[in-house]
Amino acid sequence: MTALVIRSGHLIDPAAGVDLLKDILLKDGRVAEIAAPGKLKQANGAEVLDASGLIVAPGLIDMHVHLREPGQGYKETIASGTAAAAVGGFTSVAAMPNTFPVNDSPEITRWMQDPERGAAIRVFPVAAATRGSKGETVNDFAALKSAGAVAVSDDGQPILKDSVMRETLAAAARVGLSVIQHAEDTRLMQGAGGNASMNLGPVSFKLGLRGMPPEAESGMVERDIRLVTELRDARAHLHVAHTSTAAALAAVRQARRNGLRVTCEVTPHHFLLTEEHVGLYNTNAKMNPPLRSAADRDAMIEAILDGVVDSIATDHAPHAVHEKEVEFENAPNGITGLETALGLCLRWLHTEWKMPLGRVLSLLSAQPAALLGLKGRGTLTVGSFADVVVFDPKAEWTYNARETKSKSRNTPFDGWTMQGKVRWTISEGRVAYSAETT
Amino acid sequence: MSPTAAKARRLLHLPPVAALPFPYHPGSLLSASDLSLDGLNHILTRATALENLDPLVRDRILAKRRVALLFYESSTRTRTSFELAAKGLGADTTLVSSLSSSIEKGESLKDTGLTLRALGAETIIVRSNFSGAPWLLEAETRLPVLNAGDGMHEHPTQALLDLRTILARLRPGVETVTAETLAGVTVSIVGDILHSRVARSNMLLLPRLGARVLLCGPKELLPDLAAQAGPGIPPQQQGPVAGDPGIAIERDFDAALRQSQAVMMLRIQAERLAGQQLDLEEYKASYQLTGPRLAAHAPSAIVLHPGPIIRGLEVTAGVADGPQSVILEQVKNGVAIRMAVVERALTAKANQGGRA
Repeated sequence: MTALVIRSGHLIDPAAGVDLLKDILLKDGRVAEIAAPGKLKQANGAEVLDASGLIVAPGLIDMHVHLREPGQGYKETIASGTAAAAVGGFTSVAAMPNTFPVNDSPEITRWMQDPERGAAIRVFPVAAATRGSKGETVNDFAALKSAGAVAVSDDGQPILKDSVMRETLAAAARVGLSVIQHAEDTRLMQGAGGNASMNLGPVSFKLGLRGMPPEAESGMVERDIRLVTELRDARAHLHVAHTSTAAALAAVRQARRNGLRVTCEVTPHHFLLTEEHVGLYNTNAKMNPPLRSAADRDAMIEAILDGVVDSIATDHAPHAVHEKEVEFENAPNGITGLETALGLCLRWLHTEWKMPLGRVLSLLSAQPAALLGLKGRGTLTVGSFADVVVFDPKAEWTYNARETKSKSRNTPFDGWTMQGKVRWTISEGRVAYSAETT
Repeated sequence: MSPTAAKARRLLHLPPVAALPFPYHPGSLLSASDLSLDGLNHILTRATALENLDPLVRDRILAKRRVALLFYESSTRTRTSFELAAKGLGADTTLVSSLSSSIEKGESLKDTGLTLRALGAETIIVRSNFSGAPWLLEAETRLPVLNAGDGMHEHPTQALLDLRTILARLRPGVETVTAETLAGVTVSIVGDILHSRVARSNMLLLPRLGARVLLCGPKELLPDLAAQAGPGIPPQQQGPVAGDPGIAIERDFDAALRQSQAVMMLRIQAERLAGQQLDLEEYKASYQLTGPRLAAHAPSAIVLHPGPIIRGLEVTAGVADGPQSVILEQVKNGVAIRMAVVERALTAKANQGGRA
């Protein structure tokens, strides 16, 4: 494998506490050497990427994406989804198991990682917690882990039964995996039809849409935390996916004070948008959990800034155009997010809300790497994987969903101003994305 | 969040909510809130003028223009009313209903709309069981779209005909309305507010003319947050409590009646209850409008009902047929209002009668 030198970039590696101008040598998929500019000793013959004026950071890690393969290649493939991820600066994504069929087996877990899939960056499968994600029979986590699964989850299908969730947490703890819960007590949905399509509140009333109560999320998080408390000695790890309500965050905050292994992620749309952004039935503002109230959105920002949130994840959920061009209640849940996460985080968390760049990048790399146990990723020390993002932190640009590398373009951020333009994304020493320069 | 943190957060710059492009077409009527006061007066004035016109003159106004009625839900009065209104102006109408069309075969609303447009439809009148469907149809076809009822959301022509009925009885002789025309008037809307598009459209329309709207019903059918679904007040004029002074909840039906000059009774929409259980005997005891109740608490109020009426449930037969009932006047006003609305759809130019 050819060697690559990233020259004169500003290296920010929050996990290693580095924030300095450095030259970096990447060789054989690993970081081979880091030195002050011009001081690399082994760089002879290496291809050089000039990163002057740019930030060099550990490649971003999205611990919550839907790549739709196997089964729904018309929405996304592993190849197209990872291409979009590379555009967004991501070098690792954790792919949720709600595929067709559900990824509840070592075979599918391996299939998703097969080089035949044509992934541009690394895909780490999250395996289903229960058989078929039906919430009844707990899977063989040891087998799934040895096939490459980095966590277990029935994402999209909350594990409702206490006994099954307890067994899931205990079994995952035994093999050192975290349980990622899509916290939603679907039993609380108003009306047996369950056709709730947005947050329950004044806006849902006004729009004549059935609402999803915030308590459906927070109640499930509270239940899960009770189970983790019971399993305290087993060191069970609960990770709350796409947290969207103030009450759920409060429960996570309290659990952490009590010394429990409870972590959470928040999506860019939940810290930026509210139920008002549904507008007049914009199906690209429909997802689950739904956009919540302004008070909930403010609580997300607060918890990100004060460190309760462990990770920013996108919940990238592509859907074909024709599936979203329907009545709001008939549209599937989900939006794309891989190409917009960094631009939104830099624009809002860093520039508008003054979060230090290193902390923003940590939420997008070091912390999710630790949560998923991805050794040698989320940091750029000698010997770690050569997963790198190089970006211009000042560049402002406008997102155009029509130019996406994803197969789908269901995003509420089309036309939004982004900050921070990715120049190169390097996955294990290979350039996975390179911005065209003029 | 601590109060100081909350205050600090309010100082944060946040992403704005984008202005909405609807309605795309100045002839569309999607929501009762689409109309400015000028637009409203235009419709009220035209309704009267068209109603008084010689039918043989009237049917040249939209001679041979093409109006499509796209009905995904069963309907008697709204469909017939729109059809008579369009035909009364000389237009050709065609009805597409869910039980006799490609809709049954799974065609999407977008494709059905584009097909109707290709067939020459110049406006589409749509009734859908899905809230928001008319907005989708307008965005996809860019034709003038008239909302004949969408899910639990809105039914703007019903609110307009209710307004015309209320004006004729409570403000006889008033030709044009202002923000004060209905000052001092309390309209109670009673029953299944949660599932009612008629309630939502009236809540958006009546307070803008100065009326106070009282919502009355049990919690299952009238959640507290309904009080916030009015036309709204610009944020800079809002006090410490968000909400709308024009809309309030009064769960005691007798107390609501005592304050009302108009009472709008709603049907319980069993088809939208979606598993909710409701004790009908208890409901009738609390919310049925009976002769004695009306005589005791609102002896001079007018009684409206958008239909269909379930006699013996929300109202007794005696009240529906009684001297205070204006239910059939509502039906008659519906044709006049819909003539004005269909005419506007096919003649509106940009910036004429739209929301200011």
